[in-house]
Amino acid sequence: MTQSASNAQMAVTDEVAIEIRGMNKWFGSFHVLRDIDMTVNRGERIVICGPSGSGKSTLIRCINRLEEHQSGRIVVDGTELTSDLKNIDKVRSEVGMVFQHFNLFPHLTILENCTLAPIWVRKTPKKEAEEIAMHFLSKVKIPEQALKYPGQLSGGQQQRVAIARSLCMKPRIMLFDEPTSALDPEMIKEVLDTMIELAREGMTMLVVTHEMGFAQAVANRVVFMDQGQIVEENEPRAFFNNPQSDRTKLFLSQILGH
Amino acid sequence: MDRTAPFVRSAMIPQSPPPRGETGLVHWLRSNLFATPLDAVLTVISAVVLWQLLAGIGPWFLNAVWNASSLAQCREILAGESGACLAVIRDRWHQLLFGFYPSEFYWRPTLALILMLVALAPILFAGVPRRLLWFSAVYPALAYWLLWGGTIWFPALALAGFAAGWAAFRAAHAVAPILAVPAAVLGAVLWWVFAVGPISGALQGALPVGLTFVRSDAFGGFMLSTIIGVTGIALSLPIGILLALGRKSDMFLIKTISVGFIEFIRGVPLITLLFTASLLLNYFLPPGTNFDIVLRVVIMVTLFAAAYMAEVIRGGLAALPRGQYEAADSLGLDYWRAMRLIILPQALKISIPGIVNNFIGLFKDTTLVVFIGLLDPLGLTTAIRADSAWNGIFWELYIFVGACFFIFCFGMSRYSMHLEARLKTDHR
Repeated sequence: MTQSASNAQMAVTDEVAIEIRGMNKWFGSFHVLRDIDMTVNRGERIVICGPSGSGKSTLIRCINRLEEHQSGRIVVDGTELTSDLKNIDKVRSEVGMVFQHFNLFPHLTILENCTLAPIWVRKTPKKEAEEIAMHFLSKVKIPEQALKYPGQLSGGQQQRVAIARSLCMKPRIMLFDEPTSALDPEMIKEVLDTMIELAREGMTMLVVTHEMGFAQAVANRVVFMDQGQIVEENEPRAFFNNPQSDRTKLFLSQILGH
Repeated sequence: MDRTAPFVRSAMIPQSPPPRGETGLVHWLRSNLFATPLDAVLTVISAVVLWQLLAGIGPWFLNAVWNASSLAQCREILAGESGACLAVIRDRWHQLLFGFYPSEFYWRPTLALILMLVALAPILFAGVPRRLLWFSAVYPALAYWLLWGGTIWFPALALAGFAAGWAAFRAAHAVAPILAVPAAVLGAVLWWVFAVGPISGALQGALPVGLTFVRSDAFGGFMLSTIIGVTGIALSLPIGILLALGRKSDMFLIKTISVGFIEFIRGVPLITLLFTASLLLNYFLPPGTNFDIVLRVVIMVTLFAAAYMAEVIRGGLAALPRGQYEAADSLGLDYWRAMRLIILPQALKISIPGIVNNFIGLFKDTTLVVFIGLLDPLGLTTAIRADSAWNGIFWELYIFVGACFFIFCFGMSRYSMHLEARLKTDHR
């Protein structure tokens, strides 16, 4: 990553995109998320990091209800997540998600992967959906692969398709669940570059990642989690240069220490 | 760079062809038949065994007698030599194919079979125009009319029941969407129970169009096997899918019903269900109800196959990574769309070998109907032997029946391989 001082140029607004208040979640009797409070404004780029098992993936998966929380409130774009299926589908169609293992649909072509949700959820006419898909595939720089199947693409290309597939729904918020963890080192950069470009365009992003370079370049806030709770939260420069809690210091020394 | 690498390649090596002897016939023989001394010995032994088999069976087929009116006459012609008496097939093939269906109406099942191939084409093959699917939808009623005869108004109105259900669905959907599906089912059932009989009677009175009615007990042979087999196959797949989804459902009631049904049906031999269909059902139905025996058998065979199908499909559903469900959910697809567009296409593809396995098993199980007095091809061989002219003939009939079943089943097996190849998109 070449940029460093570009953080400030990306505008953060006062409008609240996601509000989480006193949220708790258990897997069986295991308390995975404890009293999470978090407000995300529109245009924010938040990187969530922490040791494995700290609940960071579970947290962002609660935001589009891939996981159900048991207490507290989660309000996304003014819609509260409850067991009401209509609200859930509404939130899901507004919030894009990119997974660690891409989760492209292997039986559909790249183009069909990108047009499926716009056609069936947004009721976009097929032709228009294809134009939108080609637009975003060009944006992630793989329009020439549109008619191939996911299995024919490299990991980095698949992850860029997954990003394009989410963007085709014109989401207002994007969630990234360890988007580069399953990639070969050579392919990480192409995915991060795509994400950086997205951040520059003002997308609200929540990114679970261990790419600290990305956090420094793009994030306006870094959230450190451990044992299901938010331990430390700060703007990236202060977070990396002057961590406050011992747990954070230990974590940073372990991931940056070689 | 301030340090010299010990080795630096100056030009990349291009691809080159493999050495001679690594391809072609000689290579194939050497790697497949004569790779090691043991392989060579086994190859020679197998060749000798095969030759012995052919030498034994070959003359039996080559000396076959096609023109004779009885087994005694066959033996006279053969004069002690080994030979098949295929004259019985020539004499009775129509019975093996059609049972005791009136011979002047053989064109009806034949036409039904040809139309079935037309109706299946758009379902089985991608290159066929989609518009033919309309014919596939109408075909079951048409086939019923051709096979059993009677007034055309009855199957036509039965088909209209689906339109009635659709109308009820639309009407109820406008009022309350949650009532739409129950209303559709209720509308169709009410139509079938109360409207079809009187209206078809009235229409037949006003405008008589029909074929001579043929009773179910005249049905037999491969015609009967095909009717039961194809209907069972066509209905067991959708019912099996619903049962598999039901078994994986979060809703307690639906899950319990599905599990109960599957485990009950799987735990009971098919023959028991067939006896239930032929004997017990009549005790439970109101006196005077005439519920066609072929229809009863088809229902039982379908339910039996559906329970097995459900488990095969559940295996396919379980084999899909959870990420596929999550990706579908995260895009905002609702349950039925996620299932139809994402999950089932992949789960069914994984299940193809198991599904076709079930289809083949179901098709061969149709011969079990002989135990409840229906004349399947095997039952007919007994009937043919009851004629004094052919008393004592076994091999020829069984080989013919076996060969016919083999052609059907091998066809299904090849089709499944074709389908797997066509749907292969993962390029692993």
